[in-house]
Amino acid sequence: MREPLILGLETSCDETAAAVVAGGRTILSNVIATQVPIHQKYGGVVPEIASRHHVELVNEVVAQALQEANCTFADLAAIAVTHGPGLVGALLVGVNTAKTLAYALGKPLVAVNHVLAHVAANFLVHEVIFPAVCLVASGGHTSLLYMTSRNHATLLGATRDDAAGEAFDKVARVLGLGYPGGPAVDKAAEQGDPTAFDFPRAFSGQNDSFEFSFSGLKSSVINTLHNMKQKGEEPNSADVAASFQQAVVDVLVEKTRLAATVKDAKTVLLAGGVAANRLLRQQLETKLRDDGRQLLCPPPVLCTDNAAMVAAAGWDLYVDQKFAGLDLNATPVLDTVWQSK
Amino acid sequence: MEQIIETVHEGETEALGQTVGRLLFPGAIILLDGDLGAGKTVFARGVGRGLDVLAPITSPTFTLLNAHQGRVPFYHFDLYRLEHEEELFELGIEECLDGDGVSLVEWASKFPSYFTWPALTVTIRSRGDTTRQLELYAESKHYVQILQALIMGR
Repeated sequence: MREPLILGLETSCDETAAAVVAGGRTILSNVIATQVPIHQKYGGVVPEIASRHHVELVNEVVAQALQEANCTFADLAAIAVTHGPGLVGALLVGVNTAKTLAYALGKPLVAVNHVLAHVAANFLVHEVIFPAVCLVASGGHTSLLYMTSRNHATLLGATRDDAAGEAFDKVARVLGLGYPGGPAVDKAAEQGDPTAFDFPRAFSGQNDSFEFSFSGLKSSVINTLHNMKQKGEEPNSADVAASFQQAVVDVLVEKTRLAATVKDAKTVLLAGGVAANRLLRQQLETKLRDDGRQLLCPPPVLCTDNAAMVAAAGWDLYVDQKFAGLDLNATPVLDTVWQSK
Repeated sequence: MEQIIETVHEGETEALGQTVGRLLFPGAIILLDGDLGAGKTVFARGVGRGLDVLAPITSPTFTLLNAHQGRVPFYHFDLYRLEHEEELFELGIEECLDGDGVSLVEWASKFPSYFTWPALTVTIRSRGDTTRQLELYAESKHYVQILQALIMGR
């Protein structure tokens, strides 16, 4: 018998995405209508444009996901949707689409936390042995989670100010490297010296803290550039990018490694858009290998926002029959819901 | 009325925000400006603490609006990524500005013609690696009273 199919929907930021996943692990389709080209000229995600485009794209994306999965609405077992955190106008497009489908089709609706969906991207490609420690790093989030099963996570620590991906975007902007900032800095850093500038590493060496802070690092990069320009020196963008990236990676690696040791994690998971950063993957993998631990991370297409991860996270809620009502609303700030309920 | 205050490190900027937060009334609006890295979110965190918000106060650059519950609701906006005034309507910013919570808007000066509400305007300028100059400006009565109370308390 065919495993139950979950339709996942993701519209929390700049991607309109729909996917069909069988049994919580087999991706039958994963359609992402990226809006990045629209945003590039604005140097960031422009929410009004994002919401409008979500509305224009969502039905088409859903139809394509079903077609590629070679199934119809009738074949679906449930509809899973990201209900937060994210941009409220954008989230509402996905939430209302999912509610409409659930009501019209008489199928159960499950509400997925975007951060846990990033984690669930790993379940699509790896057999995860628990307990696990997971680092979720993206434009809007930088969190360390401790997981005892696929749908039970507790927050160990998170950023106190800016997310890691946000720091990448802002530093890319002050260096004039363009948007999205992550890949731009990654690329510029290739030609740079990561030891050229000694940028601060917040909370480094504090063995009782799993918190992050990237605001001071951002300010330090800006101050450095400002001070050099005042002296008439031309900063080497590649060196700044490489040194900045090294500072971010050092802190992420140190804290993740510390959490894995303290929690004696069987596996360490990486998730979120920043997980696509090559230096982070390499250095975290090497350091964890020294500790005798394995690092798992999804392929880049599953690191950035997508709907297959939403369907994967929704699978566990479906199995546990933790359904959402048709009064489901978008929740822009979802900072305490770490356990599926 | 204008008041210029210098802080020498981040903790002082947050403490000043906290003092201001304690003096704010339901419905108050703060328009907050300053370059990237000036310390806007640090000041905003202080305001939130002054309003008895216990939850972490982080940058709303990505989410545009973080809503917190303190002794009154605290709406923390960040307009960094917005380009057009119409996008402010999508955010539902008017509902917050007209409501009984406290609204703090980072990068408000990007849309000078939009923010016509009486408000306390705070501009943070970098005066060195950690030294900041905060210019607090108020015209209408309630906000002038806040500035006077701030000076008395210092």
